[in-house]
Amino acid sequence: MAFFIALALLVLFLLWLVGLYNRLVRARNEVRNAWSQIDVQLKRRWDLIPNLVETVKGYMQHERETLEAVTRARQQAISISGDVAARAQAENILSQTLRSLFAVAENYPDLKANQNFLALQEELTSTENKIAFARQYYNDAVLRLNNLIQMFPSNLIASQFHFTPEVFFQLEAAEERRRPEVKF
Amino acid sequence: MWELIRANQRRSNLLMGAMGVLLLATGWAVGETVFAAPVPGVLVAAGLWLVQSEVALRSGHKLLMLVSRARPVSKQDHPILFNVVEEMSVASGLPRPPEVYILDEDAPNAFAAGMGPERAAVAVTAGLLERLTRDELQGVIAHEISHIKHRDVRYLTLMAVMAGSVVILADFARRVLFFGGVRRRTSANQRGAAPIYLVALVLILIAPLVARLMYLALSRRREFLADAGAAVATRYPEGLASALEKIERYWSPMANANPATAPMFIVNPLVNPLAAVETLFSTHPPTAQRVRILRSLAGTVSFAAFDQAFRQVTGRPVGVVPAAALRQESVPVRQPSSDPRTALDRLRQTTDLLWRLGGYSFIPCPCGTTLKVPPIYRGQTLPCPHCATPHPVVAPASSPQA
Repeated sequence: MAFFIALALLVLFLLWLVGLYNRLVRARNEVRNAWSQIDVQLKRRWDLIPNLVETVKGYMQHERETLEAVTRARQQAISISGDVAARAQAENILSQTLRSLFAVAENYPDLKANQNFLALQEELTSTENKIAFARQYYNDAVLRLNNLIQMFPSNLIASQFHFTPEVFFQLEAAEERRRPEVKF
Repeated sequence: MWELIRANQRRSNLLMGAMGVLLLATGWAVGETVFAAPVPGVLVAAGLWLVQSEVALRSGHKLLMLVSRARPVSKQDHPILFNVVEEMSVASGLPRPPEVYILDEDAPNAFAAGMGPERAAVAVTAGLLERLTRDELQGVIAHEISHIKHRDVRYLTLMAVMAGSVVILADFARRVLFFGGVRRRTSANQRGAAPIYLVALVLILIAPLVARLMYLALSRRREFLADAGAAVATRYPEGLASALEKIERYWSPMANANPATAPMFIVNPLVNPLAAVETLFSTHPPTAQRVRILRSLAGTVSFAAFDQAFRQVTGRPVGVVPAAALRQESVPVRQPSSDPRTALDRLRQTTDLLWRLGGYSFIPCPCGTTLKVPPIYRGQTLPCPHCATPHPVVAPASSPQA
């Protein structure tokens, strides 16, 4: 009898371990999935920019510097691969140059009446939104994974199977950085 | 998020089990009273359940869209609507964005359908597109996507199917008993089964009512949860709040809504929200209450903050959010985004969309006019009404389906 109880307890314990492991795997997959969402949107933005520059060029001859800054920032962002933090910084710069481009465009009424420009503006604004939302989702996923990796008892399994903490994607706009983060 | 979905699912399964028991009991009652043999009745009920669930699982969302006369739209028909749907599916982590449909109705409203995050659809009315700014539209779409993500639409569809089966069975029994089942009743009485027979009779009378109550049991609570989900996903509760106000203000009865689909809309399309009284049969919580809760989320949003606001506004001691979801991070509320479109721009985009769906083709003229050519136009060219430039008319490759 005692043997069977011990056996049952052992089986339960093993099942519990498997459950913990699966939770870790699920969390890691979610991080990867969330990252690919960001990646898709970042690439989409790179693809849209040459079109935008082409459309805007004819109208904004006096804003060569702004346009060049955008093109340069895009090149810079494309050339970086791998490191999440470095990529976030490059994309951050690209966002800022784009924002100043659209701010300058406000001074050109002809440009603002151009259907092509309006469509591109909507696409880029939406892509920016998607990047922001995807980043939010990604950071949530990273937080969940990192918590599992660092907290007892899942940390024992995590270290055994080489789960490593992921890096947050910080893509701060100036006004966002100023606001204090509230965490519980 | 997973904790919330799991808690939701537990409740769903419980109610679905209860509904299944009710369905089989109704089958038994029908067998007892009509055929004087309970087993065939139960079998009929089980068969009906299986067939209908199969149909619902296979093509539930397409069927619902068909019933509501919603038509599929593509990205070029309304880029902003599509972008907003994509943004919100990214924010909620859906594996892919739901299909987008439009309802040619003036009342602003929206609903979602689907069997899971991979196969889902959202539908909005033309009146909604016309009246809502981008932020407001985002709130509404986020609410609908929350329903998809929380598996509410799947549950509602399956429950609607079961409730429908109960009503069909009870209806059948009533007809037979009141218009020709007298002989069978006496034979049942002769066998001395009177008490059981009476129980079966009462069951047939109250089953449809019970089915309806069960169908609606979770719908109000889930509306609140979808509101909470939308606030968290958009990080801008004011968008949904002011959208709800507009939906309420411009409410009018909808031609193609019915009691089965009504709980799926963001605001009940059959009951005027301004005149509604909250009862056991209400599909939705009062709109004003939903708006007040959303508005009292200032600074940061999270499920916990929503729960607290809910308790404050309704005065109820127990919140709506499952305990497991309360531990989630709170996020700062974002700034409102700018929508350069005027009311006229929105109206134009919406009517253009309806025209495209009606098979009209668009020809831009260099003078700034856009010619809208009806599908029945048979001429080779059409002169511009402003500058008289003739334009060649190309017949549309395939006429869009109605």
